[in-house]
Amino acid sequence: MPPEMETLVARLVDARVEERLRAAGVTDTNRASLLVFSGDMDRLVAAFTVALASAASGLEVSMYFTFWGLTAIRRRRTFAGKTFGEKLAGLLLPSGPATVGTSRLQMAGIGPRFFRRLMRRRNVASLPEMIAMAQELGVKMIACEMSMQVMGIQREELIPGVEYGGAATYLADAAGAKVTLFI
Amino acid sequence: MANIDLDCRGMNCPMPIVRVSQTLKTMAVGDTITVNADDPSFQADLEAWVRMTGQSLRAFSTADTVRTAVIERTR
Repeated sequence: MPPEMETLVARLVDARVEERLRAAGVTDTNRASLLVFSGDMDRLVAAFTVALASAASGLEVSMYFTFWGLTAIRRRRTFAGKTFGEKLAGLLLPSGPATVGTSRLQMAGIGPRFFRRLMRRRNVASLPEMIAMAQELGVKMIACEMSMQVMGIQREELIPGVEYGGAATYLADAAGAKVTLFI
Repeated sequence: MANIDLDCRGMNCPMPIVRVSQTLKTMAVGDTITVNADDPSFQADLEAWVRMTGQSLRAFSTADTVRTAVIERTR
């Protein structure tokens, strides 16, 4: 078979398969779904590295932030209208991705500072830069409303462009995804 | 058929792949990108990226620590 014809046949077969899959309700096969639970700098860097590589490779990317992971998409602290417990939780948690700690070698804050410096020297993108790039590439970010309530985090404390949802929102994305990760 | 030069030297994983994909979006089918990168995982990552996205790697060479790749937008 001449190569041009082979290419043509392959393309026609691909198109037909795609059409059949869509008709059968099998859609969204090209998605990566990340459940981001950790608020540690090293784990968040890993999560956003995979998210950026996935988006660059043509996958639709959905990141669901829950519990400590919410820190990644936090931009400031507010205290107005919060209970004492919520104010305390808000104060004890980092105000955003620029100040998160590491999962190991925390050493009262020396560890994270040391690693940030190493990353900068090696020209590895910082966590805030990676988050901005993820938004630019259209990575969908969803905040877990239940954890927001527990931690007393309000919507105005999170970066713009974030969507809100619960476990079913996460599952709807994860069920149709090729790649699912819990970080 | 235009060619765009892309300098990704000094960038680390995953930024070279992100830049390649962003640049590709601005090009027409048949155009090429010539990328220079010194990220140690660049070759493995680019080959994987090409497989996933269906683009075409026309040439790859290494001189010292700098890898040079020519990618053609084929779809």
